[in-house]
Amino acid sequence: MPLATELRERFNIHPDPGAAVIALAGNPNTGKSTIFNALTGLKQHTGNWPGKTVLQAQGTFHFGGKKYILVDLPGTYSLLANSAEEMIARDFLCFARPDATVVVTDATCLERNLNLALQVMEITGRVIVCVNFIDEARRKNIFIDVDCLARELGVPVVVTAARSGLGLTELKTGIDALVRGQIVTSPRRLIYDPDIEEAVARLEEKIPGEIKEWINARWLALRIIDHDRSTLDNIRQYFEVPEWGVLRERYKYCPT
Amino acid sequence: MKVLPLSELPTGQWGRVVSLKARGMARCRLLDLGLVPDTPVQAVRRSPLGDPTAYRIRGALIALRREEAGQVLVTPFMILPAR
Repeated sequence: MPLATELRERFNIHPDPGAAVIALAGNPNTGKSTIFNALTGLKQHTGNWPGKTVLQAQGTFHFGGKKYILVDLPGTYSLLANSAEEMIARDFLCFARPDATVVVTDATCLERNLNLALQVMEITGRVIVCVNFIDEARRKNIFIDVDCLARELGVPVVVTAARSGLGLTELKTGIDALVRGQIVTSPRRLIYDPDIEEAVARLEEKIPGEIKEWINARWLALRIIDHDRSTLDNIRQYFEVPEWGVLRERYKYCPT
Repeated sequence: MKVLPLSELPTGQWGRVVSLKARGMARCRLLDLGLVPDTPVQAVRRSPLGDPTAYRIRGALIALRREEAGQVLVTPFMILPAR
């Protein structure tokens, strides 16, 4: 099995033992890049995601004596890999395994943003939801019940207005507390229909132990049921697991 | 109940999603955009060449091509002006 740093290096993240890696996910036009710029300032560099013509931006910031590497993921509506952007976002969360993930949402149309938040929470529980454009929402008479949202999602929620810098300290405090383990999340789990849940349980048992150490087995079982071939192929690109080929062949003809 | 493809919804009109004809990845994408059954959607404006069309979906303005919008079945409804 590869080391965490090796996998991260494949995404152009240089190993830095003292630093925590934070992913920034979100729908397009949620002010993700504004938050990225506000947190990292000039300490950033851009390039391409490996093998893709999609811009990658990463930067660093310090908080509470700790160094953070912030990685701006492409803006997507989903992680089901309909496009190169979605595949990058999904692979990064799955294989680079960031220490925390910030899901940036737009307060003026929060509902449509929660789809992505829930999809991210299916992969990793170490999530903090950032409700951005709170100033604009107030102008439109939209009020967000932050406590209720945090309770329903089971992860911390921070409101920001990145353009005016509102809430950024709270966001950094939240990230810091999550990475240090001072906040333990209990991400809301989506429960599917009984027949799907039964199939998931059976599949989860069959996923090799080495893979389970790396990837959320429930999430992977759901992708097998989805017949999501790109995820299954990508796993082999990152890990060499002998039984995986057998597993993949066996479930190749899963009904969609 | 009158049901028509979203692509046929006149500009300015609201419709409620009845079902999606798309399958597989195309269906997934439409669902991800927020087009699940019962969602209100408005045809906001058409581009000069008639395609794509901008739709208001759950508070965001999203452009869909005719092929994509044609996969969404909606039933038109009226919004009464506020008094």
